[in-house]
Amino acid sequence: MLKHNDNKIWTKPFIITTVVVVILGMISLFTGVYDIRGQADGMAMFFITRVPRTAALMLTGASMSMTGLVMQLITQNRLVEPTTTGTIEWSGLGLILVYLLVPSPTLMLRMTGAIVFSFAGTMIFFLFLRRVRLRSSLIVPIIGMMLGAVVSSVSTFVGLTFQMTQNIESWYIGSFASVQVGRYEYLWLIIIIAAIIYIYADRLTLAGLGEEVATNLGVNYNRIIICGTGLISFAVGIVTAVIGNLPFLGLIVPNIVSMIRGDDLRTNLPWVGVLGMGTITLCDIIARTIIMPFEVPVSLILGTAGAVVFVVILLRQRRGR
Amino acid sequence: MAAENRTAKAFRSKKEQRRYWMLLVALVALGGFASYGLLVYNNPIPIESSSFLPVVRRRLFALVAMIIAVICQSLATVTFQSITNNRIITPSLLGFEALYSTINTTIIFFLGAQALVSFSGMTAFIIQVAAMVGMCLILYGWLLSGKYGNLQLMLLIGVIMGTGLKSLSSFMRRLLSPSEFDILQARMFGSVNNADSEYFPIAIPIVVVAALILFLYSKKLNVVSLGKDTAAALGVKYQNSVIFSLILVSILMSISTALVGSLTFYGFLVATLSYQAAPTYDHRYIFPMSLAIGFLVLTGAYFLMYHVFNAQGVVAVIIEMFGGITFLVVILRKGTL
Repeated sequence: MLKHNDNKIWTKPFIITTVVVVILGMISLFTGVYDIRGQADGMAMFFITRVPRTAALMLTGASMSMTGLVMQLITQNRLVEPTTTGTIEWSGLGLILVYLLVPSPTLMLRMTGAIVFSFAGTMIFFLFLRRVRLRSSLIVPIIGMMLGAVVSSVSTFVGLTFQMTQNIESWYIGSFASVQVGRYEYLWLIIIIAAIIYIYADRLTLAGLGEEVATNLGVNYNRIIICGTGLISFAVGIVTAVIGNLPFLGLIVPNIVSMIRGDDLRTNLPWVGVLGMGTITLCDIIARTIIMPFEVPVSLILGTAGAVVFVVILLRQRRGR
Repeated sequence: MAAENRTAKAFRSKKEQRRYWMLLVALVALGGFASYGLLVYNNPIPIESSSFLPVVRRRLFALVAMIIAVICQSLATVTFQSITNNRIITPSLLGFEALYSTINTTIIFFLGAQALVSFSGMTAFIIQVAAMVGMCLILYGWLLSGKYGNLQLMLLIGVIMGTGLKSLSSFMRRLLSPSEFDILQARMFGSVNNADSEYFPIAIPIVVVAALILFLYSKKLNVVSLGKDTAAALGVKYQNSVIFSLILVSILMSISTALVGSLTFYGFLVATLSYQAAPTYDHRYIFPMSLAIGFLVLTGAYFLMYHVFNAQGVVAVIIEMFGGITFLVVILRKGTL
């Protein structure tokens, strides 16, 4: 029915971008304090820490930016992503509650908590958006971030009462430092999510046109919204439980892609995925080298740089209007 | 009779007006009661002892810090909501806390611990507040002026800058040595019980003056709160009034942040309750009510938590949580944003 004749994916710019991202990945593999070529167990260390870390970076980067794209489609708002809707704070609350109920929870349990709560939180936000009439699209991220602040004040309260503030702190600062064999494998699930997003791309685009249009075009609107939210929460929940909070990635990457290429979800998706990988890998390389032999959490670099890019995007929009 | 109804009185009826005054008196009385309790209740030292007065003085300092915070937060939030014409927004969104911590972190980062230690006292306080106000003015003045001036854009950029600055200062803190980090940490930890009484002589006059100006400015605010077009039609220079009010708001917020740290939803809670308690458009009546409510909320919460529930650490968090929940309820009931 829908054809994409003129939208080839493997164009020359895309191939070049992919090559650049692969090179970044290689650099990431060979960045680190431990001398993998000089030491006897160098190769073993390489496969225990470096390879998982780079894989985790790629998976997380792709998933977080694709999540942002899906959220922007569903809400028809360019400024929405897990950080500006409170989704990340909700999954943090889920993590805290799991720590509270189970003394030393497994990664699986933590992930489940994070996924369930980010699903609930995102649904609440979407319901908000549907119930409330909006005067401006700029107000949506403001409300989302205030909602996030409410949720994180609840988390802080729980943390203070049960002496778990350390857990919140370490969660809130997302870092790839602890990624190694045995601690990141759940991230591979993200590939399945990416595939589903790709298959559902057209239907998600239709749902983004609003309930009436979508229903007229023969799409079950509510089911698509729930599926989309489910996908978002799975990705966010997994990343939250394994890595932590990664601000703004889902916002800047899709916006830059659509600024350059316009809006077509199916052909933009690979771009968003690849650029997301590249962005986070670059940030992580900076985070690891800037105070060698130590490292700073990548979320701080992302937060700083992401805020600048976000503001630039906003100001460009203002001029365009 | 008909003519009387048509005049723009602050209250719809005499009854509402009477109710307003009664509420105001009751709230102030309750707040005074709570603060009296905070000062003398459960003082472990007998009154004859020579250490009785120092204990009271310490508690008095905490109370003064609370009152400053009440004035700053209540007035700033009400004013801000009026100029943005939006009752679900608070000025704490503009990232004052992040700005404050960035300023302090930058000093220790570039000039070392020695500089931060010697950077204290009145001059330092004034410089900090001036820097915060200046930054806000440059940024928001620029965003609000010109053809594309847009209040919501300004807010959103404020929120994003807050997040970005938080990351930036936290990033710089990572690069500090542990001893520098300790000094900074001690500086950044603001709360009413930790407020530096050294700053009172400068903070109090500024706050009082700013508050007085706001009171005198109430009539303008009444018009500005009608929205851009109406205000302009009524002959008010909208943009100038907004920027002038923003200056006052940022002064009040900066002082409150520098003294007692951040309070995100407290101002929101107070403002929302004030609109309920004072059913009028007139800021000359909303301001006193917001002060009374803010006073009672803060002193009452501290008194209850300290002396009834014995939970010292969580007072601020509980106020924030209640404020946050109020925020959600208000949005859902309101239906428009």
